[in-house]
Amino acid sequence: MTTLLKARRARVGWDWTDWAAHIYLVLGTLVMFGPVVWLLLSSVKSESGLQAFPPTILPYEQASVNVPDRGGDLKLFKVTQGEHAGETLAEVRKLGLQSQLVDPKSPDTLIRVKIEDRTPVMHLHAAWENFTELFSQFSFGRIVWNSLFITVVATLITLLLNSMAAFALSKYKFSGRDPVFMLMLATLMIPPTIVLVPNYLIASQLGLTDSPWGVIWPAVATPTGVFLLRQYMLTLPDELIEAARMDNASEWRIYWRIILPLSSPALAVLAIFSVMWRWNEFLWPMVVLTRSESFTLPLALNSFQGELTTQWHYLLAMTVLTLLPVTAIFVVLQKHIAQGIASAGVK
Amino acid sequence: MNPIATLFAFLMNLPERPMRWAQSVLKGGRLGWVFVAPNLAVFALFTFLPIAFDIHYAVTGGVNLMPGDRPYVGGENFGSLLDCSNHFDANSCRRDLFWHGVWNTLRFVVFQVGLMLGFSLLTAIVLNKKIIGRSFFRAAFFYPVLLSPVVVALIWKWILQREGLLNATMIGSGFQPVNWLLDQNWAFVWSVAVSIWAHMGFYTLILLAGLQAIPAEINEASQMDATPPWRHFRRITLPLLMPNVMVVLVLGLIRAVQVFDEVYVLTGGGPGSATTFVVQYIYKTGFADQVRQYGLAASASLLLAGVLLVLTLVQMKGSKRG
Amino acid sequence: MRRIWLMAGMAMIASVGLARAGEVRIACYSDGNECEATETLSADFMKANPDIKITIDKMPFKSIQESLPVQLAAGQGPDIVRTTDFGPIMKYTLDLTPYLKDTKYWEDNYGGTLGWMRKDASDKGIYGLMTQLTISAPLVNKTLFDQAGVAVPKQGATWDDWAAAVKKVKEATKINAGMAWDRSGARFAGPALSMGAKYFAADGSPAVVDDGFKAMASRYLKWAEDGTVDKDVWVAAGGGYRDAFAEFANGKIAMYLSGSWQLTRLEKQIGDGFEWVVGAAPCGPGGCTGMPGGAGFVALKNAKNPADVAKFLDYLAQEKVYADWMVMTSNVPANVTLQKKGLPYKLSKAGTAAIQAFGQNAATLTPLAYKLQGDVMSRPMFNAVVDRVSQAMSGQITLDQAYARITSDVADAVAASKK
Repeated sequence: MTTLLKARRARVGWDWTDWAAHIYLVLGTLVMFGPVVWLLLSSVKSESGLQAFPPTILPYEQASVNVPDRGGDLKLFKVTQGEHAGETLAEVRKLGLQSQLVDPKSPDTLIRVKIEDRTPVMHLHAAWENFTELFSQFSFGRIVWNSLFITVVATLITLLLNSMAAFALSKYKFSGRDPVFMLMLATLMIPPTIVLVPNYLIASQLGLTDSPWGVIWPAVATPTGVFLLRQYMLTLPDELIEAARMDNASEWRIYWRIILPLSSPALAVLAIFSVMWRWNEFLWPMVVLTRSESFTLPLALNSFQGELTTQWHYLLAMTVLTLLPVTAIFVVLQKHIAQGIASAGVK
Repeated sequence: MNPIATLFAFLMNLPERPMRWAQSVLKGGRLGWVFVAPNLAVFALFTFLPIAFDIHYAVTGGVNLMPGDRPYVGGENFGSLLDCSNHFDANSCRRDLFWHGVWNTLRFVVFQVGLMLGFSLLTAIVLNKKIIGRSFFRAAFFYPVLLSPVVVALIWKWILQREGLLNATMIGSGFQPVNWLLDQNWAFVWSVAVSIWAHMGFYTLILLAGLQAIPAEINEASQMDATPPWRHFRRITLPLLMPNVMVVLVLGLIRAVQVFDEVYVLTGGGPGSATTFVVQYIYKTGFADQVRQYGLAASASLLLAGVLLVLTLVQMKGSKRG
Repeated sequence: MRRIWLMAGMAMIASVGLARAGEVRIACYSDGNECEATETLSADFMKANPDIKITIDKMPFKSIQESLPVQLAAGQGPDIVRTTDFGPIMKYTLDLTPYLKDTKYWEDNYGGTLGWMRKDASDKGIYGLMTQLTISAPLVNKTLFDQAGVAVPKQGATWDDWAAAVKKVKEATKINAGMAWDRSGARFAGPALSMGAKYFAADGSPAVVDDGFKAMASRYLKWAEDGTVDKDVWVAAGGGYRDAFAEFANGKIAMYLSGSWQLTRLEKQIGDGFEWVVGAAPCGPGGCTGMPGGAGFVALKNAKNPADVAKFLDYLAQEKVYADWMVMTSNVPANVTLQKKGLPYKLSKAGTAAIQAFGQNAATLTPLAYKLQGDVMSRPMFNAVVDRVSQAMSGQITLDQAYARITSDVADAVAASKK
C-alpha cells in the first residue's frame, strides 16, 4: 500500500484535492458501511447483550456456571464491596435489593450481597443461536424457497415480456406505438401504494391471493425494464434485421435469435434490478400473502417486528440473512450493475 | 448442448408457428402489437384497471370495498380534502393530516432531492478523479441501494433508538443523548438523511457515467489554459453533465414524492404527524384506519398522480429547452 | 360481468388454489403464547379427527387489523381469526348455531361474552369463542418503590396520588419516567372514565370530549411534560398501538398501565428480576375503573368447511380442553363454570398474586366501561384519542385543537360508516 502511494506520488504528485478526495471517500465508506457492519456485529449478540447500554462493540454475554445442586446454570457475578469483595460467585436469585449468591465450589452456603455491590462477569460469546433458532421458529427453508421462487420466476417473465415489448417499440413502426410507450412510461409515476386496494380486489377476483403468482404477475411488466431495453435496442443496427428478413427468418426468430442475444448486456442489468426488486419487495406481498407457508423473507422479517414485542435478537439475525443474497450478487456482479446504470442513465 | 439451453431453445421455439401465422395476417409494423400485447395486458390489469377503480372510488363514498356497493357522492371527497380556511396552515384544514402530508412531502422533496443531488455530484466528481481503489469506493457508495427498504429502516432504527449506537457515542463524547426519532425536527432530518443514504449511490453512478463520457481532451485543454477548477466545473463540466443531472432530478423527484416504505418502517409517520407524507396518508385512510375511507384515499391518490404528471411534463419541457 | 371477463382473461395464466377438504385456516396473533398453545391443542384434535386439518397462521396483530378487513371484503381470508376487535368484521362472521350439537352448553358457559360478537340485542347467533378475558390494570415495579422508600398507593388512591407517588420514585431512583401507559385508546379510556368522562351523549351517540375527558387529557399532557409519564411511548415513532412492556421489564418505569394479557410475559421475561405486583385501578370522580376486554376466535362466513370450523371451536370450548388452554396461556377464562371453579395455573408466587389482583380490579369496573368496550364505534373513538392526544403531546397542535379534532374525527367515522 505504501509503495503504491509513493508510486503515485512520484508519478503525478498529490495536491490537496487528492487528499480531500480520499478523506471524503474513506469517511463516506464509513457512513455507508458502518451501519451494516454494526448490524452484523449486533446480530450475534445475545438477547441480554443487546440490552446492554452503552452497547459493546463485540458480542459480550454474561458468563454462567453449572451448579447442579442449585438447579443448573447460574449467572456469574464479581463482588465489589464487603467481606466477599473480589470473589466470583454465582447468583441463585435476586430478592429486591439483595442478591443471594453461592460459591460454585461450595454451593451449600448462601451469601447475601447488596445488588449494587456486584457486577456481572462478561465474556465474549457469539450468539449463533439467534440464527439457528430462526430455523426452528419458522419453516425457514419454505420461506427462503418462496422468496427464491418468486424472484427467479418473476425475473424470467419480466425479461421475456419486457424484451418483447421493447423489441416492438424500438424496431417496428405502427400507429399507436409512441402513445403506448408514453403510457408505459407514465406508470412510473404511479406509487404502488395508491393502487393497493383496487389491485387487491383484482388479484382476489383472479384467485391470485396467497399464491406466489399473486406477487409475480402484478410485478412483471416493469416500465423501467421496457425503457431500458428499448433504449438499448435502438442502438442495434436495423441492417441485421433486414439481413435476417432476406433469409426468410420469421419475426419471432429475429426477436429471439438475433435481438435477444445482442441485448444481453441490457438484459443482465434488468435481471439484476428485477432480482433486487422482487427479493426486497414488501408492501404488496404483505397484502396478498397472508398464510405463513406463502410468506417471503421480508414478510417474515416484519412478523418479528410484531405489535407487542420487538424481538431484536431474531430481527437482526433475520435482517442479516435477508441481505446476504443481494450482497453476494452485488460482490460478484457489481461491475455490470455500474455499467448498466450508467448506460440507462446516459441514453 | 447442455440441458438448460436445450430446454430454453425448445420453449422459445413454441411461439414460432402462431407467430408466423400472426405475421401472415398482420401487415407492416402492426405485428408490433403482438409483441407489446403481453406486457400491455399485465399493465392493463394491474395498473390501468386499478386506476379506473380509483377514479370510481374517488367519486363514491362509504366504507364498502366492492365498487357496486358504493353510493355516488360526486366531488365530495375532493372537496373535503381541499377544504381549508388557510391552505398554508394544515391545522386549519378539514383533513389536517392530508395537508400535513402535503407540506411534509414538499419539504422532504426539496431537502432530499437537493441534498442528494449535491452529495451525488460531489461523490461522482471525487470518484472521477484518479483514485486509489476506485471500484471499491464506488461499490461502497452503491451498496445501500440494494437493500430492501425494510432492512434500511431497521438498520437505522437500531442505531437511532433511545439506547442505540448513536446515543451511546453521544454520551461517550460528553453530549446529552437525544431521542432522535421522537423529536419532530430530528425525526424529519433523519428520514431525509436515511433516504439519501439509501438512494444516493444510484444517482452517483448516473452522474459518474456522465462525467466519464466527457472527452478527456476537453479537460486537458482547460488544464492547459489553467482555468481555475471552479470555473472549469461551472462553465464546462456542468453544462456537459446537464442531461444526467436532469435524469437524476426527474427520477429523484418522482421517488421522493412517492416516499413511503423506509420512512414508514423507520418512524411510522411520527412523532405526531411530523413525518407523515402524502402516500402514507393514503395508506392510512384507505388501508390502516378502522373506518376505511377508500373514497378519500383514492381522491388523494389522484391528486398526487396529477401533481406528478404536471411535474414531469414541466421537467421534460425544461430539459428539452435546455 | 366484469368479474367474468377478468376470470376469462386470466384463466390461462392464473393458478387457482383449491382448498383441501376438511381444512381449517386460523389467522392468529399472540400476546404471549396463545397461538402455540392452540397449536398444541389442535394436534390432539387432529389425532381424534384425522379428516380435518387445522393450520394456524401466525401473524402480527397489525396484519390482522389492517389486511384482514380488505381480504374479507373481497371474499377472501381465513376461516377463523383471533382478534380483539369484533366491530369491523361483524359483516363477515359465521353463525355456528346450526353446526353446534349443544348450544345450551355455550349459552350457559360463555353467555356473557357471546354478545360481544353479536350485531345487536335481537341477534341470537354464536359467532366465536373468547380465548381470554382481559382487564387493564397498573403493573407496579415494587422494587423501585422500595428503593425510593415510597409506599405503593392502595386501593382507593386517586390518579393524582399515583402521579405524585411515581414522580417521587422517579426522582429518587433516577429512572426515565414515573409511569407509562400503552399507546392505546382503550388504555386511556380507563383513567378517563375514572375522571368522569362519559364517551357517549344522552342519546347513545359517541361524544368523547367532555369535562371528565378533559380533566384526564390535560393531566396526562402535564405529566408528560414533567416526566411523570413516559412521553416517548405516546409520541412514539409508528402510529397505532405501541406497548411499554420493554420499559417496564428493564426497570425504567415504576408503574405501567397495561393489563392481564401481559402475565405470560411478566412471568417469562421478568420472573424474579424485580418484584412486580398488580395495583388497584386508580380512582377519580367517575370511579376506579380500568377497561375490560378480551380476544376471541371468530368464525368467518367464507369458511369452506363451516361444520369443521364449528367442530374445532366446540372442541376448544369444552371445559377440560378450555381449562388446559387457559393454564397453558395463563389467561383468565371466559367460561363461567371455570371462573367459579378456579384454575390450577402453573405460576410463580408473584403470578398467582397477580391473577388475584386482576380479579379484584374486575370488581371495580363500571358499567360504562363495559358499554364502551362493546360499542361498534369504540375503535374509531380510541384511535382518534391516540392520534390527537399524541399529536398534542408532541407539540404540533394545542390541546383545544386536539379536542376539536377528536370530535370531528369521530363524527367523520360515524358518517362514513353510515353511508
